[in-house]
Order: sequence, then C-alpha cells, then structure tokens
Amino acid sequence: MTSLLLLVEHAGGNVRRASLEAIGAAQAAGAATTAVLYGEGAAEAAATCGATQAIVLTGEGANSPDAVAAKLADLVTSTGANGFVAAATSAGKDLAPRVAAHLDAVLFTDCIALDAAGDGFSVRRPWLAGKAIAELTTTGSALCATTRPNVFAAAAAGTPGDVSEVAIDATPKARVVSVEDKGEAKLDVKEAPVVISGGRGLKEPEGFGILEDLANAFGTAAVGASRAVVDMGWRPHSDQVGQTGKTVSPQLYIAVGISGAIQHLAGMKTSKTIVAINKDADAPIFKVADYGIVGDAFEVVPALTAAVKAAKG
Amino acid sequence: MNIVACVKRVPSTEALAVLGGDGKSLNTSDMLFGLSFYDDIALEGALNLKESKGGEVTALSIGSAGGTKEMRECLAKGADKAIILTDEHWMERDCRSTAKVLAAQLTSMGADVAFMGRVATDRDNAAVGPMVATYLGWACVTDVVELEMGDGKGTAKRETEHGVETIEFSLPAVITCDKGLYEPRKAGMKGVMGAKKKPLDEVAFEDVPNQAQITSVTLPPPRPEGRIVGEGAAAVPALIEALQNEAQVL
Repeated sequence: MTSLLLLVEHAGGNVRRASLEAIGAAQAAGAATTAVLYGEGAAEAAATCGATQAIVLTGEGANSPDAVAAKLADLVTSTGANGFVAAATSAGKDLAPRVAAHLDAVLFTDCIALDAAGDGFSVRRPWLAGKAIAELTTTGSALCATTRPNVFAAAAAGTPGDVSEVAIDATPKARVVSVEDKGEAKLDVKEAPVVISGGRGLKEPEGFGILEDLANAFGTAAVGASRAVVDMGWRPHSDQVGQTGKTVSPQLYIAVGISGAIQHLAGMKTSKTIVAINKDADAPIFKVADYGIVGDAFEVVPALTAAVKAAKG
Repeated sequence: MNIVACVKRVPSTEALAVLGGDGKSLNTSDMLFGLSFYDDIALEGALNLKESKGGEVTALSIGSAGGTKEMRECLAKGADKAIILTDEHWMERDCRSTAKVLAAQLTSMGADVAFMGRVATDRDNAAVGPMVATYLGWACVTDVVELEMGDGKGTAKRETEHGVETIEFSLPAVITCDKGLYEPRKAGMKGVMGAKKKPLDEVAFEDVPNQAQITSVTLPPPRPEGRIVGEGAAAVPALIEALQNEAQVL
C-alpha cells in the first residue's frame, strides 16, 4: 500500500482544517498516512489527528524551516513513505519545496486532485491561477504535493495507531525568533469558508466597515480585497484575492463593489457559491456570480448583515 | 557582494487561457508576456542591497534565445549584467529541474545571495526559491515583507496566516519577495540608453530532464449561468432564500 508522510499543523491543541483536508486527500488517494506535528500542543493535536500514525518533532530545531524540512525528508525515507503531502498554507508552501528537493523530487503545488492508488501518481492542479487545469504525473519515485484548502473532504478525527517522538538536532541556517501575534485569531482568506471581498465601490478604506460587520454576522468569514484597493493601500496585501494575491475556494464568496477584472476572477472562480453586489449591472463580476444584486453597497450590505443575523438566529 | 535576481517572463495576468492543439499545453501565441509581478520586487531587492552594501547585480533567467525584452528592462533599472540560460522548452520546465539548473548557475557564478519573487504568476508553484536553497545548502526565507541585511547574516519578516514571523538567517541565502517588501523602481531614459551597452549573455546549460509529465490541460468547466435576484436592499430576502434553499450555504 502507498504511504504518505504529512505535515500536520495545529493551533490550541486542534488540528487545522487545511491539514485535516490534506490527510483526507491522502486517504482518499488510497494511502496510509503518517502525520508529523511540532510546536506547542503538538502531542495533544496528534492524539486526534485521524492519521494512521503520528510523529511529534521536539527540540530546538523545530524553530528552523531548513532543519524541519531536512527531518521531514529523513522521515519519508526512514518510514518507507512514498512521498510527502502538506496543505498549501504558509508553512506547507515554505516546507514542501525543501522536502521535495531533499528527496530530489518534483513538487506539485496547490493540488485539487490526488491519485496515488495505481502504479504511479497523478495530480490535478491549476495553472494561471485557475484559468486552466493541468493533469500531471511524475517519472520520479516520490510524490510530493501540497493540497489547496477548501477542496478536499477533511479526515475524520481519530486516534493514530502509534504516536512517537523524534528530536531535531541540527545547526539551522535560519530560525524563527519571534511571531508577532495578530491579536484575535483572524481567519485567512485562503482557509475561510466564507469570504467577503470589497473593491473600489466601497469608496474609502472606512467603507470596509460594512464588510467587517457582515463577516461578523457570518461568524466564520474573512474579509478580502481587490488588487485595486490593495494597491491604494486601503487593505493589506495578505487580504488580496486574485492572480497576484491569493486564490480562494470558499463555500461562499461575496464580491462587493468589485467589477471583476480577469486577474480577480481567476482568484475566486472556483468558489462554491458566488454572490456579487455592484451598482453597475454590466460589471463582469455578474458573469461568474450565481446570484447578483444590482445596487449600492452601502444600502445592500447592511440589509444583508441584518438578514444573515436573523437567519443565524 | 555577488547579488543575483532570478526572474521569469510570464503571461500578463490579464491574459485569457487558450488551449493548445495537443491537449497538453496552452496556446500562448496571442498572450502578452512580461516580467512576473513579484520578480520586479526581487530585482528591486537586489538593487537595494547593492546600493547599501556594494557589489554587483546579475539578472538571471531561463528563457528562449532572443527573449531579451525583460532582461533589458532589468538592466535599464540598474542590474549590471543579465544572463539568459537558453532553453526553447522553458515554459514546460518543472520546478525541480528549474531549481537544479539555477542552483548550478548560482554556484558557478559564486553568488552570495539570490532574490526571487514569492511566486511566478504562471505556474504559481512558489517552489523554486526554497528548492534552489535546499539544493545549494543555503538558508531561505520565503514571502519576505521586511528585510535587513548584516554581515554574513540577515533578519527577515515573513507573513503567515498566524502572524508575522521574524527569522534570522545566515548567508548565502535565497530570499523570496512578497508585495510590500519594496516598491519596484521604474527605468529612466538614462537607464534605458545605458542598458544597451550592458552585457546580456545567452548561455547554454546542461539539461536536467523534467520529472513532471503533463497528461492533459483543460479549461475549467464554465460556471452555471447565474441570475440577478433583484435591485437594492429590497433584493436581500430573495438572496437569503436562495443561499438557504438553493445553494444551502447559510
């Protein structure tokens, strides 16, 4: 049976949803799974991660991306795994290429389908931020891939058959010395099940207040932004949705005051349901929207916020 | 310092995808190409470092012979020289092969630091930077939004979902640049004129075959036709009804 080593991220003792989806993707691809976790609360998260087995990394080296990646590659080899999979998160995107290079394997990033059941491996992944979809195989012996959040079904929680500890003793070339907390946990646009993005139609930075209110009404929502407003400095680049920002696939994407430039559409077109609110009935965003409301954001969004609150009870 | 900016020409982000006839490629003949968005920031990082610490900046790319427009642009902005590793199949080259070819070139050039974009906006891999660093045994910091270079070491900040990480690293290193790290400069007329006299070498290299094999390339299925549920705030109840009962996302 194929077996895959997985980077599993966690916070507050709970496995991150994107990692559960990565485990789910590996399981659905027909692989046994070995989860690797590190950092505070790793042992607690490992206990319910749902993988076949789990390894907790300990020691100073866990602060270093190069030391962690070298250890992950060692573990792929020592556990006899056929490859390495991580969610396409900040950590996954940073570590997976290093692990792949240690294994001298090509890396398939941001995959939307994985197949490891047959003789070889095959994946599907977007090109040009989703304007095209490529299906790829590898002539290499290892499968290295990252999975796009919000695409795969999450693995069910479960206790791994075996949880062991492995120490990282390395001389790192780079190490994390501090992490500046965002304060209250802010959902990233890439992982949020609901994304509400705003554009120029919000007129000024303060206009995003109505989107924050709507996001709060949903509870688990993130506020995104178009390139235009990020370029004007209204919103941080980490919130930008589109080809030069983040590509997102939430359950629900609400575009407010965004006309729908090609590079923005590429970044959100795979959302399950798309709602557009725009004054201009001819805006291209309506061509990809499932539901549209033609109207002024400052009139429609507060009414929508009240209605969502009422619907959520 | 021997500073290298690794850059790539990519289709414009406004380009639409058109399939190639073989079912395994895109037809790029009508696409406009330019420097990848983040690579412009990488070049700026390289120029910035030269201006503060001294040294020489080389713009390095894998591309077709004669694909010089973007490299002249780098020279016009201030790079001292440019190298194109010539490859007629540069668009199909996978991340591992690209990384191995670049790593070999950086070694032969005796580079101290390589700046790259966070991601190239064509294949969207964001893999080549950390792969190059790993093949070379160098440090690597990805998605950098703030950078301070010291002697033989540096400090960088990178943006993650859980907050901004501060990372100390040793040189040599690969730095992949995110938006906000630097505002890329524009080339002036003097730069453009000067660029014509700067060395732009087209160099052959020892090939590293791809591991990735393309089975098919397709366009995503079109989204089902949507509808306008109404105008203004009066349309909100109809939208809620659709989200609850049709889309079942509320």
